[in-house]
Amino acid sequence: MSDSPAQERPSDERLSPLHQIHVDGGATFTDFAGWQMPVSYGSDLAEHHAVRNAAGMFDISHMAEIGVTGPQAIEFLEYALAGKMSNLALMQAKYSLLLDENAGIIDDLIVYHNAEGEYLIVANAGNHDPVVEALTARAAGFDVRVEDRSDTTALIAVQGPRALEILEVTDGFEIMDGQASLRDVKYYWTTAARFNGNSVYIARTGYTGEDGFELYLDTKDAPELWHALMRAGEPFGLIPAGLASRDTLRLEAGMPLYGHELGRDILPAQAGLARAVHFTKDGDFVGRAAAEAGPPAGARVLVGLTSEGRRAGRAGYPVLHEGAVVGTVTSGALSPTLGHPIAMAFVDPEFSAPGTDLDIDVRGTSVPTTVTALPFYKREKN
Amino acid sequence: MADKTTFKFTAEHEWLDIDGNTATIGITDFAADKLGDVVFVELPKVGSSIQSGKVVGEIESTKSVGELFAPVDGTVVAANGEVTGRPELVNEDPFGAGWMIRIEVADATVFDSAELMDFDAYVALVGE
Repeated sequence: MSDSPAQERPSDERLSPLHQIHVDGGATFTDFAGWQMPVSYGSDLAEHHAVRNAAGMFDISHMAEIGVTGPQAIEFLEYALAGKMSNLALMQAKYSLLLDENAGIIDDLIVYHNAEGEYLIVANAGNHDPVVEALTARAAGFDVRVEDRSDTTALIAVQGPRALEILEVTDGFEIMDGQASLRDVKYYWTTAARFNGNSVYIARTGYTGEDGFELYLDTKDAPELWHALMRAGEPFGLIPAGLASRDTLRLEAGMPLYGHELGRDILPAQAGLARAVHFTKDGDFVGRAAAEAGPPAGARVLVGLTSEGRRAGRAGYPVLHEGAVVGTVTSGALSPTLGHPIAMAFVDPEFSAPGTDLDIDVRGTSVPTTVTALPFYKREKN
Repeated sequence: MADKTTFKFTAEHEWLDIDGNTATIGITDFAADKLGDVVFVELPKVGSSIQSGKVVGEIESTKSVGELFAPVDGTVVAANGEVTGRPELVNEDPFGAGWMIRIEVADATVFDSAELMDFDAYVALVGE
């Protein structure tokens, strides 16, 4: 075995407000962007299947939350982000990209129009600093306030087909006057509630390919909410789930992960995210000219790959065509839901058409694979 | 079931249950927990010779790949077909049904090698 034993913890490690609950729950931990976060509470496969078939609950309090307020919030967001923000309705959410001048991806993020004249940006924990820095720098000249709320915001995700029922029977929730009931919140919309009197902002968003909700609240209120959700959810099959299952779930759903499918050296069009760049919006936005010019001819593009058997391609493994390297795997696993290996990879464009037969070099063995349209898994909508 | 406190251990988190010139080898519960749910196991063929320190098998979980190293020179006399068919045995019973290979060595004194730890030393290593 090549796994190294437990190492000394760095003194600057960050702990979630729910850390003790995870310790008590028997979680194993990993360092994620300086945070000690749960990998699994015993079986990542059981956690994966729970989310697909019932529900799983994730602590993702490590993520970065940044508030944007002020009279020119919309103008600022239009300039700072690649997506169109001016048509974002109150309580609506939108997936977007933060680009650099070269249209490289600083991060992917979700923008929530969480109150009148107020927006909440949620970014990856690993990109907290560059995102806050870029947004702060881009705010110059706008009548807007960019406020890092990461330290005081906890984030709990309840994901799976039973998520709605679970939230509906959780004690202590009260939807605010004039806000949508949980049942009426559509995908990528939000509502506002109180839990035991404290504010909770609830979004029907997620990173698993299932129905579900993400709940933003003050860190001090998070443990109480976690326990209440778990009590309510147990009869529905809710279990706590860690980052290992979160990764296989998002991979099956074809969702990109920063550092794997997204990065500063990757243009949105290469990652299949041209839809997240709004070229027709008025005015300039950072990265616009480079995004419009697009990647150079022959730049690799992101594809899905499926294989038979059980040997999965992993991040960094070469993708071959007749023995020649034509790409690199960015994420891969044996799909727990589908039962065969799946991967995402950047490949030369001439090999990117679905149905193209390629190989993955799995530690010296060529494993046949076929280019497949993403996502690998799509839930049945009711 | 064998008593793991009588086993020898490697720094790569393998255990050896030694019986004369043969040893049954698997990975420890610590290693299995670190890997997560094991979904694929590849083992060497019976009759193949193995060299100390060389990779002889692969243990894949949903999230990562672990390698099985040969702790000593020897010959594979059995490989656990049960565990290749049901990789979850590695997590469920790492010191029992989740065993990987049985090897035979020419001279049993190689097992006295300083590279192998006893149970207490291994527990101290992983800090559990």
